[in-house]
Amino acid sequence: MGTEVILIILLFFMLAGALIAVETKNLLSSVISLGAIGVGTSVAFLFLMAPDLAIVQIAVEVVLLIFLIRATIARDVIPQRGHIAWGGLVVVVVLLAGLLAFGAYAFRDLGVFGQPIIAAVQDAPSNRYLARGMKETGAANIVAAVILDYRGYDTLGEATVLFAAILGALTILRVRSRSGGGKP
Amino acid sequence: MTGMTVIVKTVTRWVKVFIFLYGVYIVITGHLTPGGGFAGGVIIACSYILLTLAYGKEFALKRLGPRTAAGLDSGGSLLFLIVALLGIGSGGLFFTNFLQKRYPGGEFQLASAGFIPIANIAIGLKVFSCLFLVFIILSILRIVLDAEGKQSLVQRWPEGKEE
Repeated sequence: MGTEVILIILLFFMLAGALIAVETKNLLSSVISLGAIGVGTSVAFLFLMAPDLAIVQIAVEVVLLIFLIRATIARDVIPQRGHIAWGGLVVVVVLLAGLLAFGAYAFRDLGVFGQPIIAAVQDAPSNRYLARGMKETGAANIVAAVILDYRGYDTLGEATVLFAAILGALTILRVRSRSGGGKP
Repeated sequence: MTGMTVIVKTVTRWVKVFIFLYGVYIVITGHLTPGGGFAGGVIIACSYILLTLAYGKEFALKRLGPRTAAGLDSGGSLLFLIVALLGIGSGGLFFTNFLQKRYPGGEFQLASAGFIPIANIAIGLKVFSCLFLVFIILSILRIVLDAEGKQSLVQRWPEGKEE
Protein backbone atom coordinates (compact mmCIF):
# COMPACT_ATOMS: atom_id res chain seq x y z
CA MET A 1 0.00 0.00 0.00
CA GLY A 2 2.85 2.35 0.77
CA THR A 3 4.36 1.98 -2.68
CA GLU A 4 1.16 3.04 -4.38
CA VAL A 5 0.93 6.26 -2.38
CA ILE A 6 4.55 7.11 -3.20
CA LEU A 7 3.95 6.34 -6.86
CA ILE A 8 0.88 8.56 -7.01
CA ILE A 9 2.80 11.44 -5.42
CA LEU A 10 5.62 10.91 -7.94
CA LEU A 11 3.13 10.82 -10.79
CA PHE A 12 1.64 14.16 -9.74
CA PHE A 13 5.17 15.58 -9.56
CA MET A 14 5.91 14.34 -13.07
CA LEU A 15 2.59 15.59 -14.42
CA ALA A 16 3.31 19.03 -12.98
CA GLY A 17 6.72 18.93 -14.66
CA ALA A 18 5.15 17.97 -17.98
CA LEU A 19 2.56 20.75 -17.78
CA ILE A 20 5.23 23.34 -16.98
CA ALA A 21 7.39 22.02 -19.83
CA VAL A 22 4.55 22.43 -22.30
CA GLU A 23 3.17 25.75 -21.10
CA THR A 24 6.21 27.81 -20.15
CA LYS A 25 7.45 30.53 -22.47
CA ASN A 26 11.13 29.99 -21.75
CA LEU A 27 12.84 27.09 -23.52
CA LEU A 28 15.43 26.62 -20.76
CA SER A 29 12.72 26.25 -18.09
CA SER A 30 10.97 23.78 -20.36
CA VAL A 31 14.09 21.61 -20.68
CA ILE A 32 14.70 21.71 -16.93
CA SER A 33 11.11 20.60 -16.30
CA LEU A 34 11.76 17.66 -18.63
CA GLY A 35 14.68 16.78 -16.37
CA ALA A 36 12.33 16.75 -13.39
CA ILE A 37 10.15 14.21 -15.22
CA GLY A 38 13.19 11.99 -15.80
CA VAL A 39 14.23 12.12 -12.16
CA GLY A 40 10.68 11.24 -11.13
CA THR A 41 10.72 8.22 -13.45
CA SER A 42 14.03 7.08 -12.03
CA VAL A 43 12.82 7.33 -8.42
CA ALA A 44 9.64 5.48 -9.38
CA PHE A 45 11.73 2.65 -10.80
CA LEU A 46 13.70 2.53 -7.55
CA PHE A 47 10.50 2.18 -5.52
CA LEU A 48 9.30 -0.54 -7.91
CA MET A 49 12.53 -2.44 -7.13
CA ALA A 50 14.08 -2.12 -10.60
CA PRO A 51 17.55 -0.66 -9.94
CA ASP A 52 18.80 -1.54 -13.44
CA LEU A 53 16.15 0.59 -15.06
CA ALA A 54 16.70 3.36 -12.53
CA ILE A 55 20.42 3.56 -13.34
CA VAL A 56 19.79 3.57 -17.09
CA GLN A 57 17.03 6.16 -16.76
CA ILE A 58 19.02 8.63 -14.69
CA ALA A 59 22.14 8.29 -16.86
CA VAL A 60 20.25 8.68 -20.13
CA GLU A 61 18.29 11.59 -18.69
CA VAL A 62 21.47 13.47 -17.76
CA VAL A 63 22.98 12.94 -21.21
CA LEU A 64 19.72 13.90 -22.88
CA LEU A 65 19.50 17.15 -20.92
CA ILE A 66 23.07 18.03 -21.89
CA PHE A 67 22.24 17.29 -25.52
CA LEU A 68 19.09 19.38 -25.43
CA ILE A 69 20.71 22.37 -23.76
CA ARG A 70 23.94 22.23 -25.70
CA ALA A 71 22.67 21.32 -29.12
CA THR A 72 19.41 23.17 -29.39
CA ILE A 73 19.16 26.05 -26.97
CA ALA A 74 22.59 27.52 -27.51
CA ARG A 75 21.97 27.50 -31.26
CA ASP A 76 18.60 29.00 -31.96
CA VAL A 77 16.41 30.42 -29.24
CA ILE A 78 12.92 31.04 -30.51
CA PRO A 79 10.67 32.77 -27.97
CA GLN A 80 7.19 31.32 -28.09
CA ARG A 81 4.51 33.95 -28.48
CA GLY A 82 0.83 33.90 -29.25
CA HIS A 83 -2.62 33.75 -27.77
CA ILE A 84 -4.37 30.70 -26.40
CA ALA A 85 -6.41 28.91 -29.06
CA TRP A 86 -9.67 28.30 -27.22
CA GLY A 87 -11.17 25.96 -29.82
CA GLY A 88 -8.17 23.65 -29.69
CA LEU A 89 -8.17 23.76 -25.90
CA VAL A 90 -11.81 22.64 -25.76
CA VAL A 91 -11.09 19.76 -28.16
CA VAL A 92 -8.09 18.67 -26.09
CA VAL A 93 -10.06 18.76 -22.83
CA VAL A 94 -12.92 16.75 -24.33
CA LEU A 95 -10.49 14.16 -25.75
CA LEU A 96 -8.68 13.88 -22.41
CA ALA A 97 -11.96 13.41 -20.57
CA GLY A 98 -12.93 10.67 -23.01
CA LEU A 99 -9.58 8.96 -22.52
CA LEU A 100 -9.99 9.18 -18.75
CA ALA A 101 -13.43 7.59 -18.89
CA PHE A 102 -12.17 4.84 -21.16
CA GLY A 103 -9.20 4.22 -18.86
CA ALA A 104 -11.44 3.96 -15.80
CA TYR A 105 -13.59 1.47 -17.72
CA ALA A 106 -10.62 -0.55 -19.02
CA PHE A 107 -8.73 -0.75 -15.73
CA ARG A 108 -11.77 -2.04 -13.80
CA ASP A 109 -10.75 -5.66 -14.21
CA LEU A 110 -7.07 -5.16 -13.56
CA GLY A 111 -5.42 -7.38 -10.97
CA VAL A 112 -4.05 -6.29 -7.62
CA PHE A 113 -1.03 -3.99 -7.82
CA GLY A 114 2.22 -5.91 -7.51
CA GLN A 115 0.71 -9.31 -8.28
CA PRO A 116 0.84 -9.86 -12.04
CA ILE A 117 -1.57 -12.40 -13.50
CA ILE A 118 1.25 -14.18 -15.31
CA ALA A 119 2.94 -15.09 -12.01
CA ALA A 120 -0.04 -17.31 -11.14
CA VAL A 121 0.48 -19.47 -14.23
CA GLN A 122 2.67 -22.45 -13.47
CA ASP A 123 4.61 -22.64 -16.75
CA ALA A 124 4.94 -18.93 -17.38
CA PRO A 125 8.32 -17.90 -18.84
CA SER A 126 9.00 -15.43 -16.06
CA ASN A 127 8.61 -18.10 -13.39
CA ARG A 128 10.94 -20.39 -15.31
CA TYR A 129 13.56 -17.64 -15.67
CA LEU A 130 13.40 -16.78 -11.99
CA ALA A 131 13.65 -20.40 -10.92
CA ARG A 132 16.36 -21.61 -13.28
CA GLY A 133 18.09 -18.48 -14.54
CA MET A 134 20.95 -18.66 -12.06
CA LYS A 135 21.69 -22.28 -12.84
CA GLU A 136 21.35 -22.04 -16.60
CA THR A 137 23.21 -18.82 -17.30
CA GLY A 138 25.37 -18.41 -14.20
CA ALA A 139 24.60 -14.68 -13.97
CA ALA A 140 23.65 -13.42 -10.53
CA ASN A 141 21.83 -10.43 -12.01
CA ILE A 142 18.63 -11.87 -13.47
CA VAL A 143 18.14 -8.81 -15.69
CA ALA A 144 21.49 -9.41 -17.39
CA ALA A 145 20.62 -13.09 -17.76
CA VAL A 146 17.34 -12.25 -19.49
CA ILE A 147 18.44 -9.43 -21.79
CA LEU A 148 21.72 -11.00 -22.89
CA ASP A 149 20.98 -14.71 -22.82
CA TYR A 150 17.30 -15.59 -23.00
CA ARG A 151 16.34 -12.50 -24.98
CA GLY A 152 19.57 -11.89 -26.85
CA TYR A 153 17.73 -11.18 -30.09
CA ASP A 154 16.09 -8.11 -28.59
CA THR A 155 19.41 -6.70 -27.46
CA LEU A 156 20.91 -7.36 -30.88
CA GLY A 157 18.03 -5.53 -32.50
CA GLU A 158 18.43 -2.59 -30.14
CA ALA A 159 22.15 -2.40 -30.90
CA THR A 160 21.37 -2.52 -34.61
CA VAL A 161 18.86 0.32 -34.29
CA LEU A 162 21.41 2.46 -32.46
CA PHE A 163 24.06 1.65 -35.07
CA ALA A 164 21.76 2.48 -37.97
CA ALA A 165 20.67 5.74 -36.33
CA ILE A 166 24.21 6.97 -35.81
CA LEU A 167 25.18 5.85 -39.32
CA GLY A 168 22.32 7.81 -40.82
CA ALA A 169 23.08 10.91 -38.76
CA LEU A 170 26.76 10.83 -39.77
CA THR A 171 25.90 10.28 -43.42
CA ILE A 172 23.29 13.01 -43.69
CA LEU A 173 24.99 15.67 -41.59
CA ARG A 174 28.42 15.17 -43.13
CA VAL A 175 27.47 17.14 -46.25
CA ARG A 176 29.33 20.42 -46.51
CA SER A 177 27.46 23.65 -46.94
CA ARG A 178 26.23 23.96 -50.51
CA SER A 179 25.98 27.71 -50.78
CA GLY A 180 29.31 28.42 -49.12
CA GLY A 181 31.27 26.22 -51.46
CA GLY A 182 34.20 24.44 -49.90
CA LYS A 183 35.51 25.52 -46.55
CA PRO A 184 33.00 27.37 -44.41
CA MET B 1 35.73 28.44 -27.67
CA THR B 2 38.35 27.13 -25.33
CA GLY B 3 36.18 25.86 -22.54
CA MET B 4 34.95 27.17 -19.24
CA THR B 5 36.57 28.87 -16.25
CA VAL B 6 39.58 27.54 -14.37
CA ILE B 7 37.37 26.30 -11.52
CA VAL B 8 35.42 24.01 -13.84
CA LYS B 9 38.62 22.82 -15.49
CA THR B 10 40.27 21.94 -12.17
CA VAL B 11 37.22 20.07 -10.88
CA THR B 12 36.91 18.23 -14.19
CA ARG B 13 40.54 17.15 -14.03
CA TRP B 14 39.89 15.47 -10.68
CA VAL B 15 36.44 14.07 -11.35
CA LYS B 16 36.71 12.70 -14.88
CA VAL B 17 38.77 9.65 -13.87
CA PHE B 18 36.27 8.60 -11.23
CA ILE B 19 33.31 8.91 -13.60
CA PHE B 20 35.18 6.85 -16.18
CA LEU B 21 36.12 4.19 -13.62
CA TYR B 22 32.56 4.02 -12.31
CA GLY B 23 31.31 3.42 -15.84
CA VAL B 24 33.89 0.69 -16.40
CA TYR B 25 32.92 -0.91 -13.09
CA ILE B 26 29.24 -0.94 -14.02
CA VAL B 27 30.03 -2.50 -17.40
CA ILE B 28 32.34 -5.19 -16.04
CA THR B 29 30.15 -6.28 -13.12
CA GLY B 30 26.96 -6.01 -15.13
CA HIS B 31 26.17 -9.70 -14.63
CA LEU B 32 26.51 -9.50 -10.83
CA THR B 33 25.10 -6.14 -9.76
CA PRO B 34 22.51 -3.76 -11.22
CA GLY B 35 23.73 -1.99 -14.29
CA GLY B 36 25.10 -3.47 -17.44
CA GLY B 37 26.48 -2.46 -20.79
CA PHE B 38 23.99 0.26 -21.62
CA ALA B 39 24.13 2.15 -18.33
CA GLY B 40 27.90 1.84 -18.08
CA GLY B 41 28.39 3.01 -21.63
CA VAL B 42 26.25 6.07 -21.00
CA ILE B 43 28.29 6.91 -17.88
CA ILE B 44 31.59 6.55 -19.76
CA ALA B 45 30.21 8.80 -22.48
CA CYS B 46 29.29 11.27 -19.72
CA SER B 47 32.95 11.55 -18.72
CA TYR B 48 33.98 12.41 -22.27
CA ILE B 49 31.10 14.86 -22.64
CA LEU B 50 32.22 16.54 -19.41
CA LEU B 51 35.70 16.81 -20.87
CA THR B 52 34.31 18.35 -24.05
CA LEU B 53 32.18 20.84 -22.15
CA ALA B 54 34.93 21.93 -19.78
CA TYR B 55 37.94 22.08 -22.07
CA GLY B 56 36.39 22.78 -25.46
CA LYS B 57 35.92 20.39 -28.31
CA GLU B 58 39.44 20.58 -29.72
CA PHE B 59 40.87 19.15 -26.51
CA ALA B 60 38.49 16.21 -26.46
CA LEU B 61 38.66 15.51 -30.18
CA LYS B 62 42.45 15.27 -29.95
CA ARG B 63 42.01 12.39 -27.50
CA LEU B 64 39.14 10.65 -29.24
CA GLY B 65 38.48 11.67 -32.80
CA PRO B 66 35.29 10.93 -34.71
CA ARG B 67 37.07 8.30 -36.79
CA THR B 68 38.24 6.40 -33.70
CA ALA B 69 34.80 6.65 -32.15
CA ALA B 70 33.21 5.29 -35.32
CA GLY B 71 35.70 2.42 -35.26
CA LEU B 72 34.87 1.63 -31.64
CA ASP B 73 31.19 1.74 -32.50
CA SER B 74 31.55 -0.75 -35.33
CA GLY B 75 33.89 -2.90 -33.26
CA GLY B 76 31.40 -3.15 -30.42
CA SER B 77 28.57 -4.26 -32.66
CA LEU B 78 30.84 -6.70 -34.46
CA LEU B 79 32.06 -8.21 -31.18
CA PHE B 80 28.48 -8.70 -30.01
CA LEU B 81 27.50 -10.35 -33.30
CA ILE B 82 30.58 -12.60 -33.30
CA VAL B 83 29.86 -13.74 -29.74
CA ALA B 84 26.32 -14.56 -30.79
CA LEU B 85 27.45 -16.37 -33.93
CA LEU B 86 30.00 -18.47 -32.03
CA GLY B 87 27.03 -20.16 -30.40
CA ILE B 88 26.24 -21.75 -33.75
CA GLY B 89 29.86 -22.69 -34.31
CA SER B 90 30.04 -24.59 -31.04
CA GLY B 91 27.11 -26.79 -31.90
CA GLY B 92 24.24 -24.79 -30.46
CA LEU B 93 21.86 -22.15 -31.70
CA PHE B 94 22.22 -18.43 -32.27
CA PHE B 95 22.90 -16.83 -28.88
CA THR B 96 23.67 -20.14 -27.19
CA ASN B 97 25.76 -19.47 -24.11
CA PHE B 98 28.53 -21.81 -25.17
CA LEU B 99 31.10 -20.59 -22.65
CA GLN B 100 28.81 -21.29 -19.72
CA LYS B 101 28.08 -24.79 -21.00
CA ARG B 102 31.74 -25.59 -21.46
CA TYR B 103 33.40 -23.76 -18.56
CA PRO B 104 30.82 -23.10 -15.86
CA GLY B 105 32.34 -20.65 -13.40
CA GLY B 106 31.48 -20.33 -9.73
CA GLU B 107 28.37 -18.45 -8.78
CA PHE B 108 28.80 -14.76 -7.84
CA GLN B 109 32.31 -14.78 -9.32
CA LEU B 110 33.57 -12.12 -11.70
CA ALA B 111 34.54 -14.78 -14.25
CA SER B 112 31.20 -16.49 -14.50
CA ALA B 113 28.06 -16.48 -16.64
CA GLY B 114 29.81 -17.44 -19.87
CA PHE B 115 29.64 -14.81 -22.58
CA ILE B 116 27.43 -12.34 -20.72
CA PRO B 117 30.37 -10.20 -19.47
CA ILE B 118 31.84 -10.14 -22.99
CA ALA B 119 28.51 -9.07 -24.46
CA ASN B 120 28.23 -6.41 -21.76
CA ILE B 121 31.64 -5.04 -22.69
CA ALA B 122 30.68 -5.01 -26.38
CA ILE B 123 27.44 -3.14 -25.70
CA GLY B 124 29.24 -0.74 -23.37
CA LEU B 125 31.80 0.11 -26.07
CA LYS B 126 29.05 0.58 -28.60
CA VAL B 127 26.82 2.79 -26.50
CA PHE B 128 29.73 4.91 -25.31
CA SER B 129 31.04 5.62 -28.80
CA CYS B 130 27.53 6.13 -30.18
CA LEU B 131 26.62 8.75 -27.61
CA PHE B 132 29.97 10.49 -27.98
CA LEU B 133 29.47 10.59 -31.75
CA VAL B 134 26.00 12.05 -31.31
CA PHE B 135 27.46 14.73 -29.07
CA ILE B 136 30.23 15.49 -31.57
CA ILE B 137 27.74 15.75 -34.42
CA LEU B 138 25.39 17.99 -32.48
CA SER B 139 28.08 20.26 -31.04
CA ILE B 140 30.14 20.74 -34.19
CA LEU B 141 27.31 21.56 -36.56
CA ARG B 142 26.45 25.22 -36.87
CA ILE B 143 23.45 26.88 -38.40
CA VAL B 144 24.61 29.82 -40.52
CA LEU B 145 22.77 32.29 -42.65
CA ASP B 146 24.18 32.94 -46.08
CA ALA B 147 23.70 36.04 -48.19
CA GLU B 148 20.22 35.14 -49.37
CA GLY B 149 19.09 34.50 -45.83
CA LYS B 150 18.88 30.77 -46.40
CA GLN B 151 19.72 28.54 -43.46
CA SER B 152 22.33 25.88 -43.98
CA LEU B 153 24.19 23.44 -41.80
CA VAL B 154 27.91 23.92 -41.70
CA GLN B 155 30.36 21.72 -39.90
CA ARG B 156 33.95 22.19 -38.89
CA TRP B 157 36.00 19.08 -38.44
CA PRO B 158 39.31 19.78 -36.70
CA GLU B 159 42.22 20.47 -39.06
CA GLY B 160 40.72 18.61 -41.99
CA LYS B 161 40.89 15.18 -40.38
CA GLU B 162 37.81 14.04 -42.22
CA GLU B 163 37.45 13.96 -45.98
